[in-house]
Amino acid sequence: MQRHLISAADLTRDDAVLILDTAEEMARVADRPIKKLPTLRGRTVCNLFFEDSTRTRISFEAAEKRLSADVINFAAKGSSVSKGESLKDTVQTLEAMGVDAVVIRHSASGAPYRLANSGWIDAPVINAGDGTHQHPTQALLDAFTMRRRLIGADAGLGRDLDGKRVTLVGDVLHSRVARSNVDLLHTLGAEVTLVAPPTLLPVGVETWPCEVSYDLDSTLPKSDAVMMLRVQRERMNAAFFPTEREYSRRYGLDGDRMARLPEHAIVMHPGPMVRGMEITAEVADSDRCTVVEQVANGVSIRMAVLYLLLGGNEPAGAQPATSHLRTEEK
Amino acid sequence: MDTHANPLNSDARPVLEGPDIARVLTRIAHEIVERAKGADDVVLLGIPTRGVFLAQRLAVKLEQVTGRKIPVGSLDITMYRDDLRMHPPRALARTEIPGEGVDGRLVVLVDDVLFSGRTIRAALDALNDIGRPRAVQLAVLVDRGHRELPIRADYVGKNLPTSLRETVKVQLAEEDGRDTVLLGAKSADQ
Repeated sequence: MQRHLISAADLTRDDAVLILDTAEEMARVADRPIKKLPTLRGRTVCNLFFEDSTRTRISFEAAEKRLSADVINFAAKGSSVSKGESLKDTVQTLEAMGVDAVVIRHSASGAPYRLANSGWIDAPVINAGDGTHQHPTQALLDAFTMRRRLIGADAGLGRDLDGKRVTLVGDVLHSRVARSNVDLLHTLGAEVTLVAPPTLLPVGVETWPCEVSYDLDSTLPKSDAVMMLRVQRERMNAAFFPTEREYSRRYGLDGDRMARLPEHAIVMHPGPMVRGMEITAEVADSDRCTVVEQVANGVSIRMAVLYLLLGGNEPAGAQPATSHLRTEEK
Repeated sequence: MDTHANPLNSDARPVLEGPDIARVLTRIAHEIVERAKGADDVVLLGIPTRGVFLAQRLAVKLEQVTGRKIPVGSLDITMYRDDLRMHPPRALARTEIPGEGVDGRLVVLVDDVLFSGRTIRAALDALNDIGRPRAVQLAVLVDRGHRELPIRADYVGKNLPTSLRETVKVQLAEEDGRDTVLLGAKSADQ
């Protein structure tokens, strides 16, 4: 594995499978009376959030604390950023305090990459979402959820998502989740189809390793998993579709549409959901919807990433789980 | 203890073969029953990788002796190692605690080779996070000495005096295709 986790595209198939397999073991810790491991004792991790977040921030914090790391939470709101402090100065302050890893979310695409390659700080950088660019741990937890649901927790160990058909629906243009998922799912051998109005597809989407469709109804029967994306108003600066009602009618998932999915297919959503817009309450609350499961899996995946990047003297090499080494003779 | 990180020179000689391993496991099973006065509350936990196979074999032997199914599981100690910062992170193995749990029971940890004792120290820490056994005992196939911590085994298949210039490699049919314990000189790159 590389030293930083900036983009899902940086992960090889072996890296990704190693993370998924490690997360499978981490998930078991949640079932124990003491949900804690001593692995990152003495390591300090800073959660650097320049953009609002509920799930991701809490999930990273839970993962760090379950691995016994010391956690510093930084939110731009209420910090010296509002006084005009730059990212560089903020990060150099953290460097001076001796943090061992930085988890960063930023509204500017490329901020984590800049941080990892700037020389401002000598610590692994984990991207927790940057603008419309990437959200690699979200893609990993989505792949983990798919593998568990479509293959099985134990049966999935060591396996990728070869041949699984995944449909991503909605605001692809503004979605870092979609970009990360297309990269990772392609790496894991899944067949990805994007379904969106033409106005919500980015320029150059034809070069992505996936299919594109404008017709949700014809795609649903051929899907093992369908992932609904939120329409990101906060990133919109123009009118991308006539009305919300029209969007929902053509690209929203309701009970009738869900019935067109194969029996085994699952409905996913990265959250936060806008009920009544891209997904109806009936679908969101159904057994097929994995939203809550995805949140739980997010903690396991982030524990796995933190362990593999920070648990040793260098990032883990991708090795099959079966070649587990444990020796006292070194 | 897993030893395929320790390539042996070709002059490695077997110190235990398949039938010997079967015999010592039979003896250990009888010793466990004797010391635990019937092994009513015994839970076997193997330390991956080869300790798990040994624990499963012991469970079969114990069932033959007692007529009862003995709960058997595995305990991965990777996250509790004291040398985590000295190597890249390792892939995790499975921790599988039997449904009966470990609270109030006699847990017998099972490993292939006892050497420095650091693995067993890690196993005791891991066990502490899982529950509170009535007592914890240790069964090993080979004790090669050179302890670095005040830890000893309760049941030993074979005491094997070794030098630090030697390496011990356990091979089991489930993982390696054959049963044998090899003693050889460390290869030059170690």
